[in-house]
Amino acid sequence: MKVLVAVKRVIDYNVKIRVKTDHSDVDLTNVKMAMNPFCEIAVEEAVRLKEQGVATEVVAVSIGPKAAQEQLRTALALGADRAIHIETDERVESLAVAKLLKNVIDEEQPQLTILGKQAIDTDNNQTGQMLAALTGLPQGTFASKLEVQDDKLQITREIDGGLQRLELSLPAIVTTDLRLNEPRYAKLPDIMKAKKKPLETKSPADLGVEVASKISLLKVETPAERKGGIKVGSVDELVDKLKNEAKVL
Amino acid sequence: MSLLVLADHHDGHLDDATASVIAAARQIAEHAGGDVDVLIAGDDVGSIAEAAAKLDGVTRVRVADNTVYGHQLAEPLADLLVSLADDYAYVLTSASTQGKNVLPRLAALKDVSQLSEVMGVDSADTFKRPIYAGNAIATVQSSDDLKVMTIRTTAFDAVGQSNDAAIEPVDTVVDNSLSRFVDEELAKSERPELGGAKVVVSGGRGMGNGENFKLLEGIADKLGAAIGASRAAVDAGFVPNDYQVGQTGKIVAPELYIAVGISGAIQHLAGMKDSKVIVAINKDEDAPIFQVADYGLVGDLFEILPELENKL
Ligand SMILES: Cc1cc2nc3c(=O)[nH]c(=O)nc-3n(C[C@H](O)[C@H](O)[C@H](O)COP(=O)(O)OP(=O)(O)OC[C@H]3O[C@@H](n4cnc5c(N)ncnc54)[C@H](O)[C@@H]3O)c2cc1C
Repeated sequence: MKVLVAVKRVIDYNVKIRVKTDHSDVDLTNVKMAMNPFCEIAVEEAVRLKEQGVATEVVAVSIGPKAAQEQLRTALALGADRAIHIETDERVESLAVAKLLKNVIDEEQPQLTILGKQAIDTDNNQTGQMLAALTGLPQGTFASKLEVQDDKLQITREIDGGLQRLELSLPAIVTTDLRLNEPRYAKLPDIMKAKKKPLETKSPADLGVEVASKISLLKVETPAERKGGIKVGSVDELVDKLKNEAKVL
Repeated sequence: MSLLVLADHHDGHLDDATASVIAAARQIAEHAGGDVDVLIAGDDVGSIAEAAAKLDGVTRVRVADNTVYGHQLAEPLADLLVSLADDYAYVLTSASTQGKNVLPRLAALKDVSQLSEVMGVDSADTFKRPIYAGNAIATVQSSDDLKVMTIRTTAFDAVGQSNDAAIEPVDTVVDNSLSRFVDEELAKSERPELGGAKVVVSGGRGMGNGENFKLLEGIADKLGAAIGASRAAVDAGFVPNDYQVGQTGKIVAPELYIAVGISGAIQHLAGMKDSKVIVAINKDEDAPIFQVADYGLVGDLFEILPELENKL
C-alpha cells in the first residue's frame, strides 16, 4: 500500500522566538528552521511501515516556500521514496493546506496518510482532521500506536483521560502524537542519495486551490513576562512563604 | 444568531471545562448577541443534560442521545454538528483532546476555518490565541459566517450553577461506518482532574523512576493536588501520557504549581506558566525553571520531598 506523509517547515523547536517590532508577526529572519517534530514522527512511522513490508511506497508532501524542499530532502533521506512540493510564499491556513492535500490524495490514492498532530509554530492541531473531513475518510488523531490489519487500521490514541483504541476502515488519515515512535537521524550516505530521489514541484494554482484565508492576523505580541521570584534557603522558609506571603496553603 | 457549545463529558459526568466554554460564549454574546445553547451528544446522557441545564447563561440544552454518539467518535459527532450548525453563528468547545478531534472536522465540512485555543475575546469576530508554545499571542479576525473555535478553558472563569434551562431532544441520527470504538484505558484516580486542580505537583526526569513518584503522592494528598509530569517523565514510562503538562500536553493554571526535577523547557513552560504561584525544586541552580518560579529551592529532591511532606 502507498503511504502519504505531510511535512511542514517550521522554526526549530529549540529557538527562542522574537516578535517583530511592528507586531505584524514573529520574526523568522536568520532563524534556524527544521522539520516540525510531529512530522518527523510521521515520516518515521511511514518508513517503518515500509521496512515491515506493509507499505510499498512512501510519498512525502510539503506546502510552503522554496526552502521547504530542505525538509522534503530530509524526508527522502529518512526513507521516503519521492516528494511533492506545493510551492507558495503565502501564509497558508490549515483549511487551505487540507484542500491542497486532498488534491494530492485524489491523485495519489494512498491507503494511509500520516500527518503530525500539530505544527509547533501555529499550534493549530487541525489539518489532519480537516483533511479527513474533506476526503470523507476516518480520522485517527494523536496516535501512539498503529497497526494495519487487512483493510483495517488498529490505532491507539492519546486522549485526556488516558488511551483509546479504535478500528478505522482504510483508507484513513492519521495524526501522530509524541510517543508513536522515536525518529531516527538521517545518515550521511542517505542524505547524499536523497539528492537524487524525485521531487516534483507544483503550485496551488495547478491544483485549483485558493489559499487566501478568511482569517487575518491583526497583531502578534509577546505575552507578559513572568517575573522570576526568589530562591529560598530551606523547606521551612518555603512553607512559611507559601503560607504567609503567597497565601496558597 | 446564536452560539452552540459542544459539552465535554465522560463517565456520565459533565466536565468542568464546559462551564468555562459557556463563559467564553457569553463574552462573545455580549458583542454579537444571541442565545447560548449547549449540545450534549453521547449514549445515555440524560443526567449530563440535567447538570448542563444548571449552568448560568444557557438558554437550551439540546440532547442527542444515541448509541452512534457513544464514545463521541469524531466522524458521527461532526456530522451531527453539521446538521445543527445552520442555526448558529458560532460553535465552540473546549480545547480538550475531544474538542480538538471533532471541531476541525466540523469546520472543514462547513468550508470554514477553525480558531484553536482561544484565550481572549476582543469583539464578535476578533480573538486572541497563543502561538509558538504561548511565546507569542496572536490577535486574529475571522470573516467566516460560521465561527468554529476551541477555547482555552484556563483563560475563562467558569459560570455559576443557578440556572434551569430547557432541555430538548435532538432526533438527528447519523451513520458511522468509518470508525469503531474498541476499548479504552482510562486513569482511575481519586485526585482532582489535572486541568482544573487548584494545586498541581509535577515531576520530571529528575524523579528517576515511576516508583519515586510516590514521593509526590504524599505531598499531593496533603494539598489535595493533582499530579502532573514533564514529557521526559512520560516518555521514560514513569507515569501515563495523560499526566503530561505542556505545549502538546495539558494546559494548567492552578493557584499553586510545584515543579520537581523539571528543567523548564519552553514546551513545558507553555503548559504551566499562567499558574498563580510557581515553586521549583531542582538541584541545578541554573535550571531555566527558576526564571519563572516565584519560589525556588535548590537541592536534592530526594531529601527535600520527605521533609516537605512532613512540614505541610
Ligand atoms: C514537539 C515537542 C513537544 C514537546 N512537548 C512537551 C510538553 O508538552 N511537555 C513537556 O514537559 N515537554 C515537552 N517537550 C520536551 C521538552 O523539550 C523537554 O525535553 C522536557 O520538558 C524535559 O523534561 P524534564 O524537565 O523532566 O527533563 P530534563 O530536561 O532532563 O530535566 C531534568 C531536571 O531534573 C533535575 N534533577 C535531576 N535529578 C535531580 C535531583 N535528584 N534533585 C533535584 N533535581 C534533579 C535536573 O537538574 C534537571 O533540571 C516537547 C518537545 C518537543 C520537541
